[in-house]
Amino acid sequence: MSTTAFLDATEMGIIFAIMALGVYISFRVLRFADLTVDGSFVTGGAVAAVMIVEGYSPFLASLAALLAGFVAGCFTGLLHTKGKINDLLSGILMMLALYSINLRIMGITLEDGVSRPNIPLLNSETVFTRVNDLFASTGMAEYGTLIFVIAVTLIIKFLTDYFLKREICLSIRATGDNKRMIRSFSANTDRLIVVGLGISNAFVAFSGALIAQYNKFSDVGMGIGMIVVGLASIIIGEAIFGKKTIARTTMAVVFGAIIYRIFITLALNQGILDASDQKLVTALIVILALVIPKMLEQRREKKKKMKRNREANAGGKEGEYIA
Amino acid sequence: MPEEKKVSTLLELKNIYKVFNEGTPDEKVALSSINLSLKKGDFVTIIGSNGAGKSTLMNIISGVLLPDAGTVSIQGKDITNIPEYKRSRRIGRVFQDPMAGTAPSMTIEENLALAYSRNKRRTLRLGVTKKRREYFQEALASLNLGLEDRLNAKVGLLSGGERQAISLLMATFTEPDILLLDEHTAALDPNRAELITNLTRDIVAKYNLTTLMVTHNMQQALDLGNRLIMMDEGKIILDIDETKKKTLTMEDLLNEFQRIRGKKMTTDRTLLA
Repeated sequence: MSTTAFLDATEMGIIFAIMALGVYISFRVLRFADLTVDGSFVTGGAVAAVMIVEGYSPFLASLAALLAGFVAGCFTGLLHTKGKINDLLSGILMMLALYSINLRIMGITLEDGVSRPNIPLLNSETVFTRVNDLFASTGMAEYGTLIFVIAVTLIIKFLTDYFLKREICLSIRATGDNKRMIRSFSANTDRLIVVGLGISNAFVAFSGALIAQYNKFSDVGMGIGMIVVGLASIIIGEAIFGKKTIARTTMAVVFGAIIYRIFITLALNQGILDASDQKLVTALIVILALVIPKMLEQRREKKKKMKRNREANAGGKEGEYIA
Repeated sequence: MPEEKKVSTLLELKNIYKVFNEGTPDEKVALSSINLSLKKGDFVTIIGSNGAGKSTLMNIISGVLLPDAGTVSIQGKDITNIPEYKRSRRIGRVFQDPMAGTAPSMTIEENLALAYSRNKRRTLRLGVTKKRREYFQEALASLNLGLEDRLNAKVGLLSGGERQAISLLMATFTEPDILLLDEHTAALDPNRAELITNLTRDIVAKYNLTTLMVTHNMQQALDLGNRLIMMDEGKIILDIDETKKKTLTMEDLLNEFQRIRGKKMTTDRTLLA
């Protein structure tokens, strides 16, 4: 893999890490299998692309995307808490609804017609062109994007760590851990789920906005399988870096996202895989990561049992008393 | 004087009625015409066989279930339709399952912080501050389990007895108006159960908490509290006050239970005959 390809993969990985942090909040903190992600990621990209095309500042556009993601997440939360719809189904319904909504959002840029499947941003200003302009004068133009995405992702990571220790967020964590308990300590779990999912999808949409600008292209299909990518990042990160404290886990999630992206790029670059295989590989990674630890555990148990049986048999033959 | 009465009555249940699966063959009247009033500082133990309605009563008071008829009021204020999470600012609870009262993947100090902020507005302040940590340590030390040195241990790693002790502390150290204990020692081994029973006695006395305790253990029901209630088939069938409870023995209780139950059985028999 060439250095540029490696750099690209790293930069993308760092942007995707923001999405993975969002998935971490819904999946790990709230223990809510939220599939909204596949839709809200695109919503972020769509909102940012539309605003950029309409002439707004790319920074403002990215923030608007963040807000749009928050709203989408809140709706999923409302479906679940007020509509009493199962968590998976709430997310799936929202994801489906967002597909049409995203087409409509991108359709805003059309003179005639209401829906549009993609918006190219080839000659538009994005946060990255702005940042590169800034870095061009320092002579580090090459690394401008990298430095920028590292800074943004780290800020979000540290904000997450910071907030998860605050009173309100302690009760969000307890909501994921033991709803009955935290209700008996005067927390409105419904509201906390809604807010938690809002924050989670805000991160996801923000990541989508940055990815659309990075690729200079917003597409209605760019969110497919995003939830699994997020999960893969979490699983890889936790497996390698552990999850002892919150700060450690969020760092693990960030690195998990980067490692995942580099791995995928590597596999694609070597000509082993076609770009269309990417989803299959992602699914396989998650399946393996979920299955292998259980298989190892079973094998360990089996070995232990065999050893114990052997010892018992040996003891029996010698006719010893076991006191 | 009615005004004076209002002040001394802390919890009042009036004509509470609750039926499950109404209109189906599984219909069950869980509570019927329950009237109960507790004075401030009362410690009431509740006994009764399975399905007598003890837990349903607790759930009605805490707001987990809403009654089909009747009212619940605390200090004269009708709270019948106030949601559970709002009531729990002032009602402390310990459940039977030691896993139920704490958040297992959070640390001891985080759990205490959650409980500590129950009657306050939760903000973006730090959950565990230095000042609070000291207070938590002090409170934990009173349990004599050495937990004050393990503030950063995940609660899920603790034993059932330790978790139940922490649950009890968390339920009480903000001095709630009412403490509800739902067979909170039933899932523990005898030693641990005794420990928690003693802690309960100490803590309730320390804060002078108005307490309702459901138990299956008759001896416990006799040892603790100043009032004893027996429930059967959704009704309060026996209500023993402080003076009478002091001299009450287990045998009396069993006889009494048999007398009431037996009488009912004979009436059933006469009906069938």
